[in-house]
Amino acid sequence: MSERRDFFGKALGAFAGLGALGALYAAKRTWDPLPSVKAGGFTTVDLSAAQENVLNTEMWRGKPIFILKVPKDDKQAYENKRLITVGGDKFLVAIGLCTHLGCIPAYFGEEHKFKCACHGGEFDAAGKDIKAPPPSPLVIPPFKLDGKKIVLGEEGPEYKKMKADGLVA
Amino acid sequence: MAHFDNAFPFSEKWLDQRLAINTLKRVLSTEYWIPKNINFLWAMGMILAATFGLLLISGIFLLMYYIPDTSKAFDAVNYTIMSEVGYGWLWRHIHGVGASVVFLIIYIHMFTGIYYGSYKKGRELIWLSGMLLFVSFSAEAFSGYMLPWGQMSYWAGMVITNLFSMGSLELNGIVEWIRGDYVPGQAFLGRFFMLHVLLMPLLIMALIVLHFGTLRIPHVNNQDGEEIDFEEAAALWKAGRRKESKVIPFNPVFLSKDVFVMGVYFILFFYLVFYHFEFAMDPVNFDPADPLKTPAHIYPEWYFLWSYEILRPFSKDVGLIWFGFAQVIFMLLPFLDRSPYVAPANRRRPFRCWFWLLLIDMVTLTIMGKLPPTDPTYAMIGKIAAYTFIILWFALPFITMKEKLVGGKK
Amino acid sequence: MKELKILAVVVFFTLVTYYGVEPYAHHAMHKKVDANGNEIVYEHKGFTYPELKMPEGIKGNAENGKALSAACVGCHSIKSQNMPAPMDALASAGAYGVNPPDLSDAGALYDEGFLFHLMKNPAHALKVEHKFKNGKMHPMPPMAGDDQSAADLVAYFKSIAPKAEEITPKQAFESACGRCHANRYGKWTQIGDVPKTKKNIATGKDPERLKFDLKVADYQDKLAKYMGKLPPDLSIIIRARSEHFMENFIEDPQSELPGTAMPRVGLNKEGFEKVIAYLEETGDPSKPKRQAIGPWVIGFFIIFTLLAYLWKKSQWKDLH
Repeated sequence: MSERRDFFGKALGAFAGLGALGALYAAKRTWDPLPSVKAGGFTTVDLSAAQENVLNTEMWRGKPIFILKVPKDDKQAYENKRLITVGGDKFLVAIGLCTHLGCIPAYFGEEHKFKCACHGGEFDAAGKDIKAPPPSPLVIPPFKLDGKKIVLGEEGPEYKKMKADGLVA
Repeated sequence: MAHFDNAFPFSEKWLDQRLAINTLKRVLSTEYWIPKNINFLWAMGMILAATFGLLLISGIFLLMYYIPDTSKAFDAVNYTIMSEVGYGWLWRHIHGVGASVVFLIIYIHMFTGIYYGSYKKGRELIWLSGMLLFVSFSAEAFSGYMLPWGQMSYWAGMVITNLFSMGSLELNGIVEWIRGDYVPGQAFLGRFFMLHVLLMPLLIMALIVLHFGTLRIPHVNNQDGEEIDFEEAAALWKAGRRKESKVIPFNPVFLSKDVFVMGVYFILFFYLVFYHFEFAMDPVNFDPADPLKTPAHIYPEWYFLWSYEILRPFSKDVGLIWFGFAQVIFMLLPFLDRSPYVAPANRRRPFRCWFWLLLIDMVTLTIMGKLPPTDPTYAMIGKIAAYTFIILWFALPFITMKEKLVGGKK
Repeated sequence: MKELKILAVVVFFTLVTYYGVEPYAHHAMHKKVDANGNEIVYEHKGFTYPELKMPEGIKGNAENGKALSAACVGCHSIKSQNMPAPMDALASAGAYGVNPPDLSDAGALYDEGFLFHLMKNPAHALKVEHKFKNGKMHPMPPMAGDDQSAADLVAYFKSIAPKAEEITPKQAFESACGRCHANRYGKWTQIGDVPKTKKNIATGKDPERLKFDLKVADYQDKLAKYMGKLPPDLSIIIRARSEHFMENFIEDPQSELPGTAMPRVGLNKEGFEKVIAYLEETGDPSKPKRQAIGPWVIGFFIIFTLLAYLWKKSQWKDLH
């Protein structure tokens, strides 16, 4: 007798649990980033007016993005495979956050170097880490080339290739 | 010092040694005795708790995206939450419909208490704590209604805070102090946001605990108002003589009936949430607040209409006095009812008439409160209903002093 | 049985209260009465405009209409025929109070009889004669001196109009309503869609957007002067007014707001339905989802209640 009672009680409990799962799914979706936030995750930058060795900082997904037209006479940086070729010029397009602990390094044009004030780390004009403590080069964000424009946030074919070659992180 | 011998960590025995969970289980659940002689109206308390829970949870999700700024609040609710947030529209609908339906259940719960005499002979504090819950829920509902900052939010805020000028006393300073400004504005929205999201919920939760506490010693009433020897009945139940016992344990017997009634309630509730919600989400509040334009008709939410209607037929000061009277008079019920009998109204003469007259009067006041006061017929009916309300309460001590009890068990 | 009786009493009082407070009270509040106190009920005409019928027997000549339409592009653009507007939105508002609509889809959106009468007497067709009296002229002069010319113009606009299915709800809204009404949830202003702009991260400001907002403010200034007040943003109007109201109001604004400056826009039935569809998009976008999920949630609780009933029955079986 009491087993029957217990069975119905348990059956009800299990079914209510299903409902709770549904409610939890709805709650999870409420926490999701809003569509307008996700849509804002694309920034287009026009590279045609960029001047050599002059750092341009853009904003993408709230983070600073370094855009630098690398000077041809900086041999070491110019040969770096992490640079993006646009119309005969080579560009550094990287997230401007030091790969050590996330401060924003400053660009010293004469020395062709990024220097991070927080712990003294340094990157060359191609974003390669040249002085500790940063453990890796500046991160390349997903990008897509569109003529002289670059769309940050979209994974174009050039980005996919660089990613496959381990050149973005 | 309690005894802590061998027990596997987090097992029942281990927890019982540290938290007395078995004692708690007995006292609050498996040996919390409820009379067997009850009907589905006894489930209204649990339905209120469930609805309050729904309001709390939906409120938590709304709170994640709501912005208490007069220039942003309307769009935060009607654009961000309603169209951008995943299932935001669901939480908003549950919250709006819940806020309205909770008052229907409150009134059913209140009138059940009045009908069965569950407010006297040891149960006075249950009634009083319940009435304080009614007042707190009213304040919570009013403060919440301000938040979408629509036309009704603004103008209801204006009108209700104006009441505090106390008529001819013209205490405009107090009104401005309450608002934090000359008119409802940013200061007003901010403080009502605080009240709605923090202070009132805390107060309500404390009052619910008090309400449960006041219920413990007198125990829940039953359909005949019979005074039960709970010890004797409990002993019978525990001895296995369940048919003879006059009580049932809260868990699982009372709970199973509660949950069934709740299921029926939820079918209706969610039907309203998805398909029929305009009674709770008034179209007028989908116009953004405009301090320069009053809506053609301003009215409170339906659950406030009866006391709003008591205000209307009289001159400014007299109306305010009777309005104040209406707010507190229910609290005095245990003390105005001079009869010693705890019995359902149909066995108490002439209380039986008093009960049904009061109920019909409250429904009439509610409907009249919504109708335009310019129509002479409605105005007359409203006036009669208001006077009836006042007379009923003044008459209560007299009619209960000479009460005759009929029928029932001897 | 006793419980059913109690349930019946509770349901009865609840329904009486509901009926009195909702359907009955709303009818009493929105009742319109004439000078003698008799109720006036507006008879909806299904967007057929019987008082603006085209006269019998006239057949419009589209070719002739095309020639006559040269006069229209003095104020209006007809983008589908590569006729640009002579002035930008702001300058038009300065001259006429409002930016005249593009006419590419006019032949499809508006009633034929309405258009006919609009050619002959704009203030009459638009039902704004109460605003333009004592010598005050409507910014649009009569375009046709006689019935034949009017019919020719109508025939022309019908010939260039896209098929009804090809007009999106947003386009219908922009043409018929968007000159005066913004829709911020749809990112529409009276002078066009809000452009995508970028903040200058050096200054934290967005000059391009600020310039656009200034133009909108300017336009709204002129529009409010012309109309008497700024026509409301229609983002969420679909939830702020009943279906009944929208039908009556759009067919004849005077039926719901006597004395209003809003013109009768002359939408035909398909045009009206497209406008409403757009208003539903911006004002009640969760409606499809609500109607899709509703049955599942209610169904869940029906099963829940069934299971609860079985549990309750098993618990109470041997207790009485």
